[in-house]
Amino acid sequence: MSQRKLLEITNLTKRYRIGDADVLALDAVNLIISRGEMLAITGPSGSGKSTLMNILGCLDTVDSGSYRLAGDDVSKLAGDQLAAIRNQRIGFVFQNFNLLPRLSALENVELPLLYASRHDAKAMARAALTTVGLADRTHHEPNQLSGGQRQRVAIARALVTDPAIILADEPTGNLDSHVGRDIMDLFHRLNLAGSTIIIVTHDHEVARHCGREIQLRDGRIVAEVQHAPQHQPSTTKEATTAAGLRNFPVSSSVS
Amino acid sequence: MANKLRAILTMLGMIIGVAAVIAMLALGNGAKKRILGWVSRMGKNTITIFPHNPKIAPVLNGAADPLSLGDAQTILKIPHVKYVSPVVTAWQPVKWGGNFTTCNIIGCAPTYIKIHDFKVQTGAMFTDYDCRDRASVAVIGPETAERLFGSQDPIGRTITVSTVRFKVVGVLVPKGRHGWFDPDNQVMLPYTTAMTDLMGRLIALNHIDLQVDHAANLNSVQAACQKVLRLNHSLIYGDEDDFWIANQIQVLKMANRIGGAFSLFLGSVAGISLLVGGIGIMNIMLVTVTERTREIGIRKAIGARRRDILRQFLIESMIISLLGGLLGVGAGIVAAHYVKFRAFTGHVEPSMVFLALSISAAIGIFFGYYPARRAAALNPIEALRYE
Repeated sequence: MSQRKLLEITNLTKRYRIGDADVLALDAVNLIISRGEMLAITGPSGSGKSTLMNILGCLDTVDSGSYRLAGDDVSKLAGDQLAAIRNQRIGFVFQNFNLLPRLSALENVELPLLYASRHDAKAMARAALTTVGLADRTHHEPNQLSGGQRQRVAIARALVTDPAIILADEPTGNLDSHVGRDIMDLFHRLNLAGSTIIIVTHDHEVARHCGREIQLRDGRIVAEVQHAPQHQPSTTKEATTAAGLRNFPVSSSVS
Repeated sequence: MANKLRAILTMLGMIIGVAAVIAMLALGNGAKKRILGWVSRMGKNTITIFPHNPKIAPVLNGAADPLSLGDAQTILKIPHVKYVSPVVTAWQPVKWGGNFTTCNIIGCAPTYIKIHDFKVQTGAMFTDYDCRDRASVAVIGPETAERLFGSQDPIGRTITVSTVRFKVVGVLVPKGRHGWFDPDNQVMLPYTTAMTDLMGRLIALNHIDLQVDHAANLNSVQAACQKVLRLNHSLIYGDEDDFWIANQIQVLKMANRIGGAFSLFLGSVAGISLLVGGIGIMNIMLVTVTERTREIGIRKAIGARRRDILRQFLIESMIISLLGGLLGVGAGIVAAHYVKFRAFTGHVEPSMVFLALSISAAIGIFFGYYPARRAAALNPIEALRYE
């Protein structure tokens, strides 16, 4: 199983100072995530899930403990090195989409590739938009797109660099429930095609769509739940990614 | 930059600054060109000797020890001196018929027109015999001829200078006006006649003009002049010269220096407005960075490095300032064309445009650097949270 181990967090601690108070946001957290997993991180606000997401996304650094991503220890990196990791190995999907308003869908999706100086950015961005079912919306600006379409553009931007993990923070939080289901459907298809997906949410419906759910409270993992697959996503519209529909096991090992 | 009005207003500072710099440099350059043109049209390789009382140094013509005809004759014997002319001048009314003009009256030798490169259009220059005989003849400038005679032929007619009558024997070819000095409106008389009949003085000259055969000999002739004049004036070791020798090359250099200093002064005054323009750019870039905090956060989250963000904002501030600079160059060229300062018109040169654009770009980078660095240093987590 060890070659399937994608992400390993050991004894991770993170403190914040808010005024005079020292807040222990993460308290000796251990977590292993395997390649091809679809994982939910849940917990009430203040539980440390945002902090964990920031660290998993290499936006923040750790105080102590280690974080290995795809074999490399990234807990000692800082600044531009973390920026490079974010660029190559992590794809972010945010609750409020966070697209750049004056760029077209295609340009938004291209952006991570431009920071990586990829010469074939346009073709790759077009392919990613096709994957999320927006091949016909490439030249629309975000304000010409619906909420669901914007989130699809954001997902295309996250997966265009073929990252090790896609990190989604309340991806359905700003969407109508049926649009939210479409987005979860899309995540399922991407996951079946090989993507490792981590979703931070407080929505149990969303969490139940994931193979495994990690529950946080007061900076600690308090529970871990295995969910049975909810449904097979529809595969009629798009043939999904080039990786095809290899059936990765949804459950995995737990540390 | 989304807000076009704001961008244009920001650029306005640069536009005004660059336009002012261009216009001022052009004006200074124009002034220099005027002086140089004037000096160079006075003739080639000329030396002018003025009387000069060391005790009242700045007053060139208020001499105690005058230059005399004897001095002029001595100078003629110096090797490499081609022509010498004693010169007396006065500002006098000139009349013919009912017409009247006031102009510069020059009493000189016939060599004067050779030294200063005048050509005679009709008639002829008066001769050495006219000088010897104190003939009452005059050669007049084309502008003077026009004012007095209109379209009539002046040759052979008698004009009245002050109260003395002179027969016109020649009219000069126009040289073109040089600022306050108009070589086309003047009357040349034999120096002997001018000194005795018109100015009532027998020895004092206003200056002695001479031409040297070759530019290389200017300095040696100048030194020789100084030597013989000191001898003539019985000056002993330790006495200051009681004359002042102006060599044309020195005058040219001085004009160049004065013109350069003029340009520099005007340019630096205008440069202050560029500084203000730069501060305006910095201000607006700081606002832009704050407004776009979230965008910066997004860019950082998807992998923009510090230098990517830095470059993005530097390019933006440079575009604003360069665009302002370009528009300013246009405005400055127009301004230099229309703004006339006395007789100077602005004269724009490519080097000024290049300088102004380089300064614009430098201002964009200099004043854009701090805001861009602030943008690059933003913490991505906080930037993403920014509303």
